Amino acid sequence: MIQFEKFTLSNGLRVIVHEDHSTPMAVLNVMYDVGAKDEDPNKTGFAHLFEHLMFGGSRNIDDFETPLQMAGGENNAYTSNDVTNYYIQLPAENLETAFWLESDRMLSLAFSEKSLEVQRKVVIEEFKEHYINKPYGDVWFKLREMAYKQHPYRWMTIGKELSHIENASLQDVKNFFSKHYRPVNAILVIGGHVKTEQVRQLAEKWFGDIPSGDKYLRQIPDEPTQTEARFLEAKAGVPLDALYKVWHMDNRLDHGYYVADLITEVMGGGGSSRLYQRLVKEKQLFSQIECYHFGTVDKGLLAVEGKLVKGVKMEDAEKAINEELEKLKQDGISEKELTKIKNKTEATLAFEDMSVLTRANNLAFYELLGNAALFNSDRDKYFSVTGDDILKYSQKIFNPNNGSTLRYYSEN
Amino acid sequence: MLNRTIAPPIIDPVAFDLQLPACKKYTLSNGVEVFAVDMGTEDTMMVNWVFYAGNWFEKKKAIAAATNFLLKNGTSKRTAFEINEHFEYYGSYLNRACHNETAEITLHSLSKHINELLPVVAEMVQDAVFPQEELTIYQQNAQQRLKVNMQKCEFVASRLIDAYLFGENHPYGKYMNLEDYTAVQREDIVSFYNNYYKQGRCVIFVAGKLPKDIIETLEKNFGHLPLKPRTSSAEIIQHPLQPAAQKKYEILNDANGVQSAIRIARPFPNRQHPDFQKVMVLNNVFGGFFGSRLMGNIREEKGYTYGIYSYLLNFTSESGWMVSTEAGRDVTPNTIKEVYFEMQQLRDEPIDDEELMMTRNSMIGSILGDLDGPFQVIGRWKSMILNNVDDNYFQRSVEIIKTITAKELQELANKYLQQEAFYELVVI
Repeated sequence: MIQFEKFTLSNGLRVIVHEDHSTPMAVLNVMYDVGAKDEDPNKTGFAHLFEHLMFGGSRNIDDFETPLQMAGGENNAYTSNDVTNYYIQLPAENLETAFWLESDRMLSLAFSEKSLEVQRKVVIEEFKEHYINKPYGDVWFKLREMAYKQHPYRWMTIGKELSHIENASLQDVKNFFSKHYRPVNAILVIGGHVKTEQVRQLAEKWFGDIPSGDKYLRQIPDEPTQTEARFLEAKAGVPLDALYKVWHMDNRLDHGYYVADLITEVMGGGGSSRLYQRLVKEKQLFSQIECYHFGTVDKGLLAVEGKLVKGVKMEDAEKAINEELEKLKQDGISEKELTKIKNKTEATLAFEDMSVLTRANNLAFYELLGNAALFNSDRDKYFSVTGDDILKYSQKIFNPNNGSTLRYYSEN
Repeated sequence: MLNRTIAPPIIDPVAFDLQLPACKKYTLSNGVEVFAVDMGTEDTMMVNWVFYAGNWFEKKKAIAAATNFLLKNGTSKRTAFEINEHFEYYGSYLNRACHNETAEITLHSLSKHINELLPVVAEMVQDAVFPQEELTIYQQNAQQRLKVNMQKCEFVASRLIDAYLFGENHPYGKYMNLEDYTAVQREDIVSFYNNYYKQGRCVIFVAGKLPKDIIETLEKNFGHLPLKPRTSSAEIIQHPLQPAAQKKYEILNDANGVQSAIRIARPFPNRQHPDFQKVMVLNNVFGGFFGSRLMGNIREEKGYTYGIYSYLLNFTSESGWMVSTEAGRDVTPNTIKEVYFEMQQLRDEPIDDEELMMTRNSMIGSILGDLDGPFQVIGRWKSMILNNVDDNYFQRSVEIIKTITAKELQELANKYLQQEAFYELVVI
């Protein structure tokens, strides 16, 4: 159980304090309830580009980095399809510096043309580095478009194409800021060697007078239920054939999410997982194989991906994966496997909890999902999953009509 | 009315008194040392076995890495699957890694399960059998992975730059080709295992919220094995450095590449050298973190790259000073020009007071953030122990960060950041 206090400022900013006096550090984490899924389909990649611009100076502070480093702090940020998160870690004595910096950019950015111009280039290089100049780099662009027809998870956080980033204008930046970066759409978490009363005063002082803004009401189309198996073939200058399969699964708070999470452990979590043991070691059809899911807020995807051993036929590889899924759908899992995946989950959570930064980040995410207290109750949901849940849920999701398959062939 | 243009007062982190939490040393019956850091709030722990079994000791390429990888692929009592299943059943992570001098096994586990796990690690260290079929699968999959990696410009660049610095036959510079995997024989592995694991030199690091009897448990499982202490005399294997004569290279790995991997590097002495810790400070200003000059100029000012960093190589007997980035193909010449420009600035101009203070504070703040976690703390001790530096290394390092002058840093820049001393490699 972790302890925390929660209060809301009059402008609607939610504040969570998590005291941990075993560290000399403090963490300030701001999560904005906006991600790539909130983008205009013709201006994708914007939430992430915007995250870069948050470091380009704010109304009263032109340089974010220098004063933070002077105070001994470090910071970073990330954007996902669901959220945008900024965090600072610094010696607890200098906590107020983090409040000063973070509140000024929530108040208003500098909106500098120069910063936009540079960060467009930086993001384009990021795009090239991770998705163009990499073997198999285009895979998830194709798979997302195949699996999602309506829901905005159909594009990547980095953006659908380079031109969307190239065309971003300063007006777009301003609109995005006033729509999403308001106290009413944000969650502030302070963790570490801090006192709740001290945080309350600092939060009032630095964030209290920022205009509330309008609550962003998300209107995202539900992805219609898939009714036919989808297939796509691609060829590229890669050395090995690869196979990718995805299936729709439940959203973050549904029971099915926890079951799906444990299914990925049975199938792909480590050297004793089913797919690795059967298909890499025994049948030697794949040189590597993984099973995972995306951990998204809305209905996400469970994926299996593998690289084929040179000379193995695509249909044989695919058949072998299907056989393993069939076996799961027929027989479920053993008691031993169930204990194993629960022990693994218990350990993973304990290792995650070692870092106050991760705890602060998770508290913000649970609050965004509805209630920070989920941090504690969410874990019980993993431990209540039964073998029968896994059997039934695997029958539900591993239905061919719920799946998309990408056969990615080597040209060489 | 709040004046937001004025920064709140800070306590300069240089004023903090940093102390590396203690590490206790124990010695098992066979002389193997155990270094233990007992701290933390979660019931988690880590045990790390370091063997002097890196590629420094192999007579044929790929043997050290293959032996290390296959340690968990079968003993006379258990198959590879059973070993994996055992560790995963208890929710633990068992990893291994092969470096230049050393190779290691690392176990992360909830403290309550540790007694179930240690006997199986001991089995791997004494009774690994290296089934031929496991070796064949390893060879095939390692070759496939290598083929994919060879398409990445940054992978190719990272291999080649080390080869230029140290020589292709030196442990720090050698790299694998496809045929090196094919040439690995089971007998090579078995013999390497017998010499460097089963009866090898070993040292154990353990950290986390430790069970009270952890040392007794380690003694019971490892104290009577024929392992040797780290300090015991061993055959001395020398590898001459053979740095390349040519300094500049351009390689076209992918005609359609839209980015190039740039590596600019020079040889640099190891941690024992009095300049090492001082250059760590200079490196921080140059390219050591997000607020560095390279990042400020080449990413934040010009947008040529998503990231550019400089660092000192983490090798024991020799080091190198490396600048590393992936930049747009069209802006590659400009990127290189700016790297040299930043070197020149550091040579020509002393760092001003504000930047120097910022560097001190940010380095101290970063160390402070590292001192509350058991795994980070043991990591610092481990680095000192394996690099054979004395216990005051940490304090000296903190002292240098707090007191080094702009003049000293400029002298170091003039000593080391000379363009002619650097190798320059572009891989597209």
